[in-house]
Amino acid sequence: MTTLSRTIHLLRVDLPDRLRTYWPLIKSLQTGLLLLTGLAGFASARCPVLELPTLLGLAGSLFLAISGSTILNMVYDRDIDRKMARTAHRPLPAGEIDADQALLIGLMLSWLGVGWAVALSPLYGLVVFAGLFFDVVVYTIWLKRRTPWSIVWGGISGGMPILAGRVLGIGQIDLTGILLALAVLLWIPTHIMTFSMRYYNDYRRAGVPTFPATYGFQTTRLIIALSSLGAALTMGAAAFLIGLTWGYLRVLFVLSAGLLVLAVTSVLQPSEKLNMGLFKYASIYMLSSMLLVLVEMV
Amino acid sequence: MKKISVVDRILLLLTGLAAAYQVAVGIEGLGGLTVLCYTIAFGVLLIAGLLLIIFGFEVLESPLVVVVAAIIPLSLSLGLVAEYLPAFRTPYLIFVVAGLLAILITRYAAPRPVATVTLATVHGVAGLLIFGLPIILSLQGVTRPGFALVGVGGALIGIGGLLLAFLRVEKPILSQETIYKLLPGLLLLMTLAFIAGLAMA
Repeated sequence: MTTLSRTIHLLRVDLPDRLRTYWPLIKSLQTGLLLLTGLAGFASARCPVLELPTLLGLAGSLFLAISGSTILNMVYDRDIDRKMARTAHRPLPAGEIDADQALLIGLMLSWLGVGWAVALSPLYGLVVFAGLFFDVVVYTIWLKRRTPWSIVWGGISGGMPILAGRVLGIGQIDLTGILLALAVLLWIPTHIMTFSMRYYNDYRRAGVPTFPATYGFQTTRLIIALSSLGAALTMGAAAFLIGLTWGYLRVLFVLSAGLLVLAVTSVLQPSEKLNMGLFKYASIYMLSSMLLVLVEMV
Repeated sequence: MKKISVVDRILLLLTGLAAAYQVAVGIEGLGGLTVLCYTIAFGVLLIAGLLLIIFGFEVLESPLVVVVAAIIPLSLSLGLVAEYLPAFRTPYLIFVVAGLLAILITRYAAPRPVATVTLATVHGVAGLLIFGLPIILSLQGVTRPGFALVGVGGALIGIGGLLLAFLRVEKPILSQETIYKLLPGLLLLMTLAFIAGLAMA
């Protein structure tokens, strides 16, 4: 039996169980947040956001492409995942899922997502493909094991869904779209570097170069603070250009102030608890920023 | 120390959402300084709610909490003065800035009794304004009766502040466990009272 027919056979038999096993492969929280940024980017275009076919196409294609790239990353990184306590229980390193099957599903989802995106709009499809390419090929395969600066490319790919959403809405790449993507890019270090400090030993054991291991904890905290400032300023500028009302801009300003205070405090009074608190707050910040754009525009 | 429960988190999230609503849409059309003051007051409430959800009640042990907690009544009272007692706006603005600086300085560079007296004085003036001004104005018919709810919010913030202050000086009126149990609900009620009162002014 070929891998394809075996995969189809396995998917048909006890589908709910399979779904439960495969679901962790797509990192649903991360995928959900990236999907939300895509929807917010689309809403920021002030186009008819509730036009169902386009909205469904956007959500569907982004979900498939993001899920596909996440699975492909999981397949490629299964060896280092096995070495880290935090990730060793994932389905691939734990041996619950066959790597060939996962690879096939990852490729299928990726092609479906990009194909659907191109069918909606070639430029939108190109941006979705760029996100997938930067994430899987440039970040994961090429740079992740070579340099801590790989996260810049991870950040660029993380900014692609919001840019893609905006491109689908307005039909071109504009300054606001670039600023939105830049805001996500600058937010990524706050998210990833706090995590790499928390799981410092895990990353060392797996041989993955990180900022804390290369430049030290204090420099990393400083970079996080500067990057948080950049993210807040860029998000504010993008929100202003989108035309968010003063009320929503005020809420964004308040949330940004909270992010900055936490980032600066983590430089001045570093602690493990504050580090993880900053990680959680950064996630809430991004989620809230996207919801603000969505609520205002819808 | 009491661990933060799911119910606590829900109450704090609702507090944060209510404060965010107020910053976004509840203060439109007011004067510039008033909007700024209310944004700071409700903004601090929003961030405080989020930080309590993330860090739990441990965050209340930080010495900075005293300063941050003073910002809420000071900015809220300044907003009320700017809106309803414009003649006193500048002197009260000076009092607020000086009071906040005094709290900050005495917290780190003065004997404990001086810090406590400074905190009690500045808090006391701001608290009395938040409690008294809306009730007096609504009784005089200057505003609608509903505005008195801001005074109720002021009373609630006063109760919360007193409970925490006595706990901090190790003469608790209620046990720490009980205070932390009451705090999320108290914060939500206070925020809702402020929002409703300002909407009905």
